[in-house]
Amino acid sequence: MANAPGESAVLFDQPGPKSRRIIRIVNWSAAIVFAIALVLVLLRLYNPPDGENQLSWELWKPALDGEAWSDFYLPGLWMTLRATILAVIGSVVFGLAFGIGRLLPNVVIRSIAGVIVEFCRAVPVLMFMIFFWRFFAFLGVEGEAYWAVVVSLVLYNGSVVAELVRSGVGNLPNGQREASLALGLTHTQSLMEIEVPQAVFAMLPAAVTQLVVVLKDTALGSIIMYTDLLQESRRLGSMYFNILQTLAVAAVVYFVFCWLLSRLAEWLPKRMQQRTAAAVEHETVAPIAIMDPSNVNQIAVAHEMKQRPYGGAPRRYHVHHRGSNASIREWRRTRYMQGYDETHPESQRDFQKEKEAWPFFKDNGKDKPRNGDSGSTHNQ
Amino acid sequence: MDGFVQLFSDYNIPAAFLVNIELTLWSALFSTVLGVILVMMRISPITSLHKVAGIYVEFFKNMPLTIIMVFMVLGAYAQLKLSFSDTFATNFFWLAVTGLSLYTAAFVCESLRSGINTVPLGQAEAARALGLNFWQAATQIILPQAVRGSVAPLGNTFIALLKNSTVAAAASVATETSSLMSEMIEYHADLIVPIFLIFAFGYVILIIPIGMLTTYLSNRLAVRR
Repeated sequence: MANAPGESAVLFDQPGPKSRRIIRIVNWSAAIVFAIALVLVLLRLYNPPDGENQLSWELWKPALDGEAWSDFYLPGLWMTLRATILAVIGSVVFGLAFGIGRLLPNVVIRSIAGVIVEFCRAVPVLMFMIFFWRFFAFLGVEGEAYWAVVVSLVLYNGSVVAELVRSGVGNLPNGQREASLALGLTHTQSLMEIEVPQAVFAMLPAAVTQLVVVLKDTALGSIIMYTDLLQESRRLGSMYFNILQTLAVAAVVYFVFCWLLSRLAEWLPKRMQQRTAAAVEHETVAPIAIMDPSNVNQIAVAHEMKQRPYGGAPRRYHVHHRGSNASIREWRRTRYMQGYDETHPESQRDFQKEKEAWPFFKDNGKDKPRNGDSGSTHNQ
Repeated sequence: MDGFVQLFSDYNIPAAFLVNIELTLWSALFSTVLGVILVMMRISPITSLHKVAGIYVEFFKNMPLTIIMVFMVLGAYAQLKLSFSDTFATNFFWLAVTGLSLYTAAFVCESLRSGINTVPLGQAEAARALGLNFWQAATQIILPQAVRGSVAPLGNTFIALLKNSTVAAAASVATETSSLMSEMIEYHADLIVPIFLIFAFGYVILIIPIGMLTTYLSNRLAVRR
């Protein structure tokens, strides 16, 4: 329950003495079942049907000793990190360029940027990698596998970052743009000097989550013979016939790096909130496909109650326009169409309902009597 | 142009896409089942169950899919002798499905959990105030709303699954799209760009309707509050 207070509070009451006993019994029996499963897996590893003992030190030693690290894992890790770092820098540049391109007033630039971003988001990264690998080899580029990995990751993750920039701008309060236009800036100036800098801070946590994806996707490079950590561990494993052990070591290294990045992404939102007027995304969902459906707005509505410490009437207009969805310009209008103006909180009041609740406010004779109140007693 | 038409008659491109769709559908089925079990463990008040589910999700979220696929073939099959069939192609197909399902289940679990997050606390409190017990409140009040809230992230997860099905190449599935593209480029190096565009637009055509359907369903099914 420790890490999921939200869900548990929705689903479960505080347990009483009886259910606490049941929980304790189930808890221990489940723990025993998991322990038995673990022992069975280890036994299977110790004594596979026809093969050697996978737990023996003869197999683990070559996967763990200094030579394995200095000759295989560390060079492989360096190749992985090298591709990751360059791909991250590239995708930030690509993402900023195309994200701003999708927001510019010029229709031609906007549509070209839109088509490129949507295309790059839809095509699997491995397809890009295989294509660029062969293409660079065809052009005679030195280190074709490395460049194929980097370029493919830049195109895919860059287009994801572009969407994050776009949604970051869309999530800013209207006042930011209105104030800058009122000060005499043009649309483009307002975008470049006021909106995008704030959007960058709002999107940073989501972008760090995307870093994990970049790091994970460099492993695809091993399919196109890029000598990354995975490829090196496979080479070491085929030398000593201990592929299971070397893959396990590589998996641990990948996990540690990705896990650290994930923790960083969880820690960032609090820091970033001070630097932007937009809501920083806490639970980050990568916009991986066209229209990127997401439920962030629904989650925000569900958590509105926390903003009203003493309860109070539920809001009539839920003003959450978060996430990167197809038409941000439309969101700006829907605020006005719905009739809710953030600068005037009283517009949250539902006058129609209030009239029904308090018959005295009824306009004389204009409203038809409803089914419930049978009559003309107070109408006359 | 002739060479372009020739490509379609020489290679069965739709069949390769069909393999990817099959991989996706089977993995979607198994990962949904596993994901539902995981999310039930994850939200249960029983410490050992939600710890194990949490470790599972954290592990697969931070693990490259490629290493899982390589493990399925070189580790689980070659070393531990786990196999589904004596035919190589069938065996590798199901090993790839296993790898994809294990990986995607973690993301399905997270999607369903974020669906539960869309249900306001007041719904559960109201259900208890009406005297519904845990089972009634869960099945009649909370889960129906939670499922509607998780349509969007689930759709996203399955789009990612379709794209990830190309990684089956790492599990020696030789008939799927990325392997076929690699093979075609090898024999027709002069047509490298058209070949790539055929496959790329194949995916664009597959993914755009799924994305639009998910957005439509998500808006359509969303609980108005």
